[in-house]
Amino acid sequence: MKHLVILGAGTAGTMMSNHLAKSLPKEWDITIIDQRKIHHYQPGYLFIPFGTYTESDIVKPVKKFLPSRAKYIQKPILNVDKDKDLVHLEGGQAIPYDLLIIATGTDIAPEETPGMAGPHWHKSIFDFYTLNGAVKLHRALEEWNGGHLVVHITEMPIKCPVAPLEFTFLAESYFHEKGMSEKVKITFVTPMDGAFTKPVASDQLGHLLKDKGIDVVPNFNVMEIDGDAKKLIDYEGKEVSYDLLVTVPTNKGAEYIERSGFGDELNFVPTHKGTLQSKVKDNIFCIGDATNIPASKAGSVAHFEGEILMENIKRFIEGRELKDEFDGHANCFVETGHGKALLIDFNYTHQPVSGTFPFPGIGPLTLLRESRMNHMGKLAFKWVYWNMLITGRHIPFVPSKMSEAGKNFEEIQS
Amino acid sequence: METTIAGKQVKLNEQGYLTDLNEWNRDVAAALAAEEGVELGEEHWPVLEYLQSQHKQEVPLTIRNVGKSGIVDIKGFYALFPGGPLKKASRIAGIPKPASCI
Ligand SMILES: Cc1cc2nc3c(=O)[nH]c(=O)nc-3n(C[C@H](O)[C@H](O)[C@H](O)COP(=O)(O)OP(=O)(O)OC[C@H]3O[C@@H](n4cnc5c(N)ncnc54)[C@H](O)[C@@H]3O)c2cc1C
Repeated sequence: MKHLVILGAGTAGTMMSNHLAKSLPKEWDITIIDQRKIHHYQPGYLFIPFGTYTESDIVKPVKKFLPSRAKYIQKPILNVDKDKDLVHLEGGQAIPYDLLIIATGTDIAPEETPGMAGPHWHKSIFDFYTLNGAVKLHRALEEWNGGHLVVHITEMPIKCPVAPLEFTFLAESYFHEKGMSEKVKITFVTPMDGAFTKPVASDQLGHLLKDKGIDVVPNFNVMEIDGDAKKLIDYEGKEVSYDLLVTVPTNKGAEYIERSGFGDELNFVPTHKGTLQSKVKDNIFCIGDATNIPASKAGSVAHFEGEILMENIKRFIEGRELKDEFDGHANCFVETGHGKALLIDFNYTHQPVSGTFPFPGIGPLTLLRESRMNHMGKLAFKWVYWNMLITGRHIPFVPSKMSEAGKNFEEIQS
Repeated sequence: METTIAGKQVKLNEQGYLTDLNEWNRDVAAALAAEEGVELGEEHWPVLEYLQSQHKQEVPLTIRNVGKSGIVDIKGFYALFPGGPLKKASRIAGIPKPASCI
């Protein structure tokens, strides 16, 4: 028997196990390893602070979504010995592999910013990138009497890079509905040069923040947080004061990657951006948030990557040349509050496009424009996620390579 | 867009970044730097060369990896390129603006 081992049973790992169970040749067995018992629908974290979803809406057992052909081991990974082709688990077990797929994603690291993870963490400084953080933030928002809410991105890259902006829009909508608009000032603080940085998006969407009375502080690279004085301080000495801080801390890959000696400075795995083969060793592939490729870290991206990775695993096993085809395709709903959302579609070389999706000229979804239908689409994504995305079923009408029909294109010149 | 910088024909994108690193030279860099309000000195070149080498290896650039490069720390990077160090330094180095989402 030959051994294929998948590290991580989140979005990408679960999806790959289902794809592989169907088509991997019989002489291969499949093992999938994760520390968790419960699978989280992470896009749902965004809605928990506002009470739209509760914890039970977004969690299900990991095993429920794994194919019977895959053996599940629920253990933390200690490290990968790439020279001996072995994965070491906590408790001393060593799992041999012929082919390894790394899909351990990314997690927040608030300890990277002085003053963030201290005594004020989950008291006046919150995150919504973990279930625990989102639940605590929900309680804090319910009790809050108003003041200055600062929504903040620590540094790039982060997963779902539009989530902080969505959180900002939803917060504005939430306080409006509570009749607290007068009492709440919202500021969006980002290390990038604006809330929307691609020219097409900032042209078309820049007005949204202004219309909603949200201030933006761009080019702000936080150096430390003074939690007692409630202020963010950046490397140039600029300061932003807050009453309530909602931050997206530094995102890092798993620590075992550092212990295995092959991650970059944020523990992301060096990966070829077109083939998804790692640059670590030929028999290690990487998918989802764990890679260092310059695509967005999003569930939809993992879905598009899955198709190319399947093809390349087949080719690798047969000793053929890999297909260098992944185009960085991403497709995300962006909640804008008040029951509306946008839909964006872009890749390595194309800016977000306007037009209609998935049917050219018909939609029903509109690209780069707010609509109620898009908001329905975002809520329906939860069903698509549990029933199609991670179970490896084909999502109708949405090809992995970006389709150009029905869209108005502008090339990114680089 | 075709234009002439420091006596050399170059192509720029709509945000003023070179679209072809082969058209870059030190005079072009100095002219782009002047537009960004930066006067290039001895300490700037190793940083620019580091950015170019990372770009050629397709390593996505962040302030953090520059800060850990051993060439300059984050505070030093800010001192050399005040305002938006990564954005400015990338433009002066002739490489694309660091990727972001929308
Ligand atoms: C607030 C928020 C909103 C989002 N919204 C959207 C959205 O609207 N649309 C969208 O497409 N995407 C969205 N995303 C992003 C999406 O959830 C991720 O991109 C996706 O889950 C990545 O899948 P993955 O398999 O790479 O990582 P994950 O799904 O995070 O899985 C990684 C797995 O690895 C396991 N693991 C890690 N380290 C170890 C270890 N040492 N030992 C054992 N197991 C380990 C973890 O337990 C986890 O189960 C959002 C994310 C957040 C946080």
